[in-house]
Amino acid sequence: MQTNFTAEQLADPHVATSEKILRKCVHCGFCTATCPTYVTLGNELDSPRGRIYLIKDMLENGRPADAEVVTHIDRCLSCLACTTTCPSGVDYMHLVDHARMHIEETYRRPFWNRLTRNILAATLPYPSRFRIALRAAALGRPFAGLFKRFKAFEPFGAMLDLAPKTLPKASASSKPGTYDAAGERHGRVAILSGCAQPVLKPGINEATIRLLNRLGVEVVAPAGEVCCGSLVHHMGREAQALEAARRNVDVWLEEVEKGGLDAIIITASGCGTTIKDYGFMLRLDPVYAGKAARVSALAKDVTEYLATLDLPQQEGKGLTVAYHSACSMQHGQKITMAPKTLLKKAGFTVRDPAEGHLCCGSAGTYNILQPEISAKLKARKVKNIEATKPDLIATGNIGCITQIATGTAVPILHTVELLDWAYGGEKPVAISNLSTKMPA
Amino acid sequence: MDQIAFLEPRPAVLSRRREIVADLLDLLPEGCLVHEPRELVPFETDAFVSYRRLPLAVALPETTQQVAAVLKYCHRYGVPVVPRGAGTSLAGGAIPQEDAVVIGLSKMSRILEVDFANRTATVQAGVTNLAISDAVSADGYFYAPDPSSQLACTIGGNIGMNSGGAHCLKYGVTTNNLLGVKLVLIDGTIVDLGGKALDAGGLDLLAVVCGSEGQLGIVTEATVRLIARPEGARPVLFGFDTSEEAGACVADVIGAGIIPVAIEFMDKPAIEICEAFAQAGYPMDVEALLIVEVEGSEAEMDAMLASIIEIAGRHGVKVVKECQSATEAALIWKGRKSAFGATGRIADYICMDGTVPLGQLPHVLRGTAEIVAKYGLRVANVFHAGDGNMHPLILFNANDPEDAARAEAAGNEILKLCVDAGGCLTGEHGVGIEKRDLMRHQYSEVDLAQQMAVRAAFDPQWLLNPSKVFPLEGRPAA
Repeated sequence: MQTNFTAEQLADPHVATSEKILRKCVHCGFCTATCPTYVTLGNELDSPRGRIYLIKDMLENGRPADAEVVTHIDRCLSCLACTTTCPSGVDYMHLVDHARMHIEETYRRPFWNRLTRNILAATLPYPSRFRIALRAAALGRPFAGLFKRFKAFEPFGAMLDLAPKTLPKASASSKPGTYDAAGERHGRVAILSGCAQPVLKPGINEATIRLLNRLGVEVVAPAGEVCCGSLVHHMGREAQALEAARRNVDVWLEEVEKGGLDAIIITASGCGTTIKDYGFMLRLDPVYAGKAARVSALAKDVTEYLATLDLPQQEGKGLTVAYHSACSMQHGQKITMAPKTLLKKAGFTVRDPAEGHLCCGSAGTYNILQPEISAKLKARKVKNIEATKPDLIATGNIGCITQIATGTAVPILHTVELLDWAYGGEKPVAISNLSTKMPA
Repeated sequence: MDQIAFLEPRPAVLSRRREIVADLLDLLPEGCLVHEPRELVPFETDAFVSYRRLPLAVALPETTQQVAAVLKYCHRYGVPVVPRGAGTSLAGGAIPQEDAVVIGLSKMSRILEVDFANRTATVQAGVTNLAISDAVSADGYFYAPDPSSQLACTIGGNIGMNSGGAHCLKYGVTTNNLLGVKLVLIDGTIVDLGGKALDAGGLDLLAVVCGSEGQLGIVTEATVRLIARPEGARPVLFGFDTSEEAGACVADVIGAGIIPVAIEFMDKPAIEICEAFAQAGYPMDVEALLIVEVEGSEAEMDAMLASIIEIAGRHGVKVVKECQSATEAALIWKGRKSAFGATGRIADYICMDGTVPLGQLPHVLRGTAEIVAKYGLRVANVFHAGDGNMHPLILFNANDPEDAARAEAAGNEILKLCVDAGGCLTGEHGVGIEKRDLMRHQYSEVDLAQQMAVRAAFDPQWLLNPSKVFPLEGRPAA
């Protein structure tokens, strides 16, 4: 596509990057077809091509963001289905990231919207604060309906709906430390402890550590690690995101110095997409650019790492798993086969629900900030999943687990919890009622 | 690019902009009218992105009745209307103009009925081409015409342009697979043409509407023919040392009475572009590649392939590569169907759509290369060779106005070459604005006058997609 930027505008490295991205787009329109908001709303303004055009217009004219642009950019899930579809290789992710930064810098949001976003940014990335917030939410649950009656308060209603009724106890595995390999050590990895996940589902990292230890891998949960920054990054709060990234880069590289790392294991694909992007995010920081690129290269989704370990084929379990590929897994990290191959090897029958490319509507804080569209996507996702008549659902991202669980009675687990069970661990409590062909 | 003119906007419409917007807001549900100036910008063009015009407003109706209400209003006040499906037109068919209301069918995307007994599907016009096949594939059926943009393009747009696709060699283009439409005329009248049968009584108005580029009315529903999937299908890759040999091979295959489902052509630049995107395993050491798809039982496929291989041998085929799995077949088609978009990885492009008699393929390929070289540009050829529908992609730099002008001039010469070789300006993309000013190269004044008379019978005021198809000068007075 033709672009119109002055040399002065292009001196801004962010604009220069976006210009290169825009030049690749040929406006073919393929991306509209796989965009969850376009198929839901039927308006090109809520499609990748429409947003690309809005962003182009805004940046070329050097304009501050306005309410219309913000509406349509806010509706973007950042699911990146468009980048999987795009034949031209348009790097939509970095374009929309830039647009979000520009919005944050130039647009003053209405009071309630600002408040909601501030609350989320101040809570979710911090496990202790998040835990307190969820406890409070349990008390606030009866008021969810009341909140939803007012447009400005809808996000609060959505938050209350999403908050689990009971919280698991704080897990030992989210504490820093080293978990030794059982028997001979074949590898050493760091594990991202995460922010929301250890509060909501500590069992995921516990299962990961148990499984890796049994497979001869030493796992270290480094001290000083913080939230990966994804959450604030998607809000356009770049300084905060970069601060988190720098902190983690230091922590992990220190661990590399100490004992070497084969990988940084991530069990939430949303975080994985962001950490793999640290190299790009910090490209303009002369001190951190190289270090961040090293960290990004080490970052691996847990299934990506497990796929390199050549696990043996297990006996059939007589259980059908609907595999839900998180957008951050399939579009963000382009990991499509590994989780399914592992599940099949572990003895599960794996089904691919129809419209697997469409987002479930979780998308970080999207289900709180855009509850209406999110609910429609959830219903569509659950319908497609249930059509495969599964005994259980497996996925690789905490956001999807929380979202889908509120829409179906079919149990949903993290892929690694099933793998831990199949390779010598306990059967996950969530499916203790499911009968299998395997001896218990 | 600014060589193609649009009609001058009607001052009487522009001056009433606010009233028109207010009236349309009354006619449509909330969220179905785009009218904020900045929100109109993304609708200023389609996939013929070199040309851009802001519309007055964009209506996104949810029902046929709403389409009728908007058309009736526009008819009454003399407001031009530009229909839009998914905006994937390569000929600028959906590019608006300053005094026009765009009617976008993107919210009308439901499949209304699948009738296996009659082998038909009835769908709203905003349903994508591929969604029809997806809806019936579990039952062993598909909708045959498959434009490369089938993932995104809508059936309404396909009808407007009488779209084709790779598999149309055997199954025919849109008009051969369309059984009925619900059409809203410019005055808001809703009519049904055709039905579920292969032929309907009276004048074949359906055939007139198909390919009329949104100038006779707006299709809101379509009934299309479903076809049972064959037992098997296999794409095979044939690599040649020259494009001329590949072209001559195609003519001989068809000339021998062999009709595979598809014969697609890619030259070296196109192969490189597609391989970079799809990693389909196309042979990289050849100058030209044919993707030939055969279908049927194993025995049928083997027999047809043997005949084709024998003919290809006579044309010095260098590589014959049979695809080994369904995954591989899917990648081969993914690469081919993404060719245009994937070209964006290396350059901007405009895509030609001339169709020539098969015997002329080598001549036109050579001529295309000469024309493009004369202008100092590059070309990638990827097209439906089996039916002679050529798609030279002329590569240029959109940020260099002179380069863009050269690309446009080269394109015009190529299209004239196609017509002079006994072919026609458009195989499947339509005339749009892109080829409008070349229509006189193909048609005599009498031909054009008759076509315009038909058009005017449906839309005497020339309100529907008025800047398209027919040269701006010499039109009958509205």
